[in-house]
Amino acid sequence: MENEKPQPAPDCPGHNEARRTFLKQSSLLTALALAPGAVVRAAAAELDEKVAAAFEQVPLKLDVNGVKHKLSVEPRTTLLDLLREQLHLTGTKKGCDYGQCGACTVHVDGKRVNSCLTLAVMQDGRKITTIEGLANGDKLHPMQEAFIKHDGFQCGYCTPGQIMSAVACIREGHANSEGEIKEYMSGNICRCGAYPNIVAAIQEVRSGGQKV
Amino acid sequence: MNPFQYVRATKARAAIDARAADANAQFIAGGTNLLDLMKRGVMTPQRLIDINRLPFDRIERQGTGLRIGALALNSTTAEDRQVLERAPLLAQALNAGASAQLRNMATVGGNMLQRTRCPYFYDTALPCNKREPGSGCGALEGINRMHALFGFSDKCIAVHPSDMSVALAALDATVLVSGPKGERRLAFGDLHRLPGDTPERDTNLEPGELITAVEVPDSAFTRHVHYLKVRERASYAFALVSVAAALSLDGTTIKDARLALGGVAHKPWRLLDAEKSLIGKPATEAAFQEAARVAMQGAKAFKHNQYKLKLAPNAIVQALKNAASAA
Repeated sequence: MENEKPQPAPDCPGHNEARRTFLKQSSLLTALALAPGAVVRAAAAELDEKVAAAFEQVPLKLDVNGVKHKLSVEPRTTLLDLLREQLHLTGTKKGCDYGQCGACTVHVDGKRVNSCLTLAVMQDGRKITTIEGLANGDKLHPMQEAFIKHDGFQCGYCTPGQIMSAVACIREGHANSEGEIKEYMSGNICRCGAYPNIVAAIQEVRSGGQKV
Repeated sequence: MNPFQYVRATKARAAIDARAADANAQFIAGGTNLLDLMKRGVMTPQRLIDINRLPFDRIERQGTGLRIGALALNSTTAEDRQVLERAPLLAQALNAGASAQLRNMATVGGNMLQRTRCPYFYDTALPCNKREPGSGCGALEGINRMHALFGFSDKCIAVHPSDMSVALAALDATVLVSGPKGERRLAFGDLHRLPGDTPERDTNLEPGELITAVEVPDSAFTRHVHYLKVRERASYAFALVSVAAALSLDGTTIKDARLALGGVAHKPWRLLDAEKSLIGKPATEAAFQEAARVAMQGAKAFKHNQYKLKLAPNAIVQALKNAASAA
């Protein structure tokens, strides 16, 4: 999980089992996707837009941190995996991969979301901001400065998600009291327990009146 | 995640036809529950029909109520001015669910259709009649502390996890559905079903039917309302028990009342008899205690959820107290 580059999956019994299931299903689906081409084309006409067979690479346009990308992805690629493995923006972390921890939080068209629970193809044409897009050149975002000042982390793994969520929390107008901050930051788990310092960092930025 | 074919619909009719023609297809909107289940192998659709670009995200005044599009986000709905004015109970319930990030993704239609969080449903190594009909119910004799008190069967004792749906049940909402045979309206209480012998079916929707909106009628329940959610941490957890309580008061006398429980049944559990017991009474703790007693008639607990027999009536009394004193 801590590795910054994509690694081959570990060779464990669970993995082999998943791989077998995958091969079984994929051979079935490949057959399905290849045989009735006409069906797929008909569906395309009917559905107006994109139809992507199981393993087909789908074209995708995304604006990530102000950079426009023309990409192609398999339909099952999550936004998180696209960011980390194709764009090598590894600041966004994979924690639980089930939307329970918030480590993968990014902004899509200005709204904070869990990038692990959305498919990249569903975000076609959207503007994505990740932790890498927050600073202005070498000048850190006020929230990044405040996290450093208040020691808002220990191991740092949840920090990119915490910061993306914290910025959104203020922009949404949900940082008006300690209680409100705690409620609206509850989607970001910190196993080191840096919560009091995270709340302090958010309160400082909120009361500092800087533009976030 | 299993590989699948992805199609994006820009017309509702095309989405409905595509879904009706393919038993292995699923609609995808926010995806927060479906993708979670697909990653775990609990659901393995071979085709996803992306409905996010359909024009169903508006929240508007219509006739004598509010019409909330099925694709309106949970966060947008919870903060909508008209929802806050006319159906504050719904806003409270929405904000009690999930996290800020998930509420920015999850839609109103998808929230209703989320699947149970029963651990036996979620673990493909364990028996579950809902996931695999005929395989048995692991929870019946297993770890059943999160499970139902009402309306269960020997095939399934799971509970519905939505907070929003508990408020919609209490507010007598109507679900608008579009399907292969045209459009129809379903009373909210008829959307979800009890497990009976077919727990694999969560709702009474037919294959291909798409929820397009929900209507919340105007009511007197705009002030004395409270959604109380009891859970194992202060935020971001599913309910052990939740209560949607709404009162219409004339001075201190209860003119009308609505009550529904979450976390106790396969569907939001409306408490019609308890509501009746409140009408005409003074809004006192004694009346609330009596309503809670009526509400719990017929409740039956399993080995690990006995605590809910005490928690649920206490939560009802507290929710009614909070509703009565709401400013």
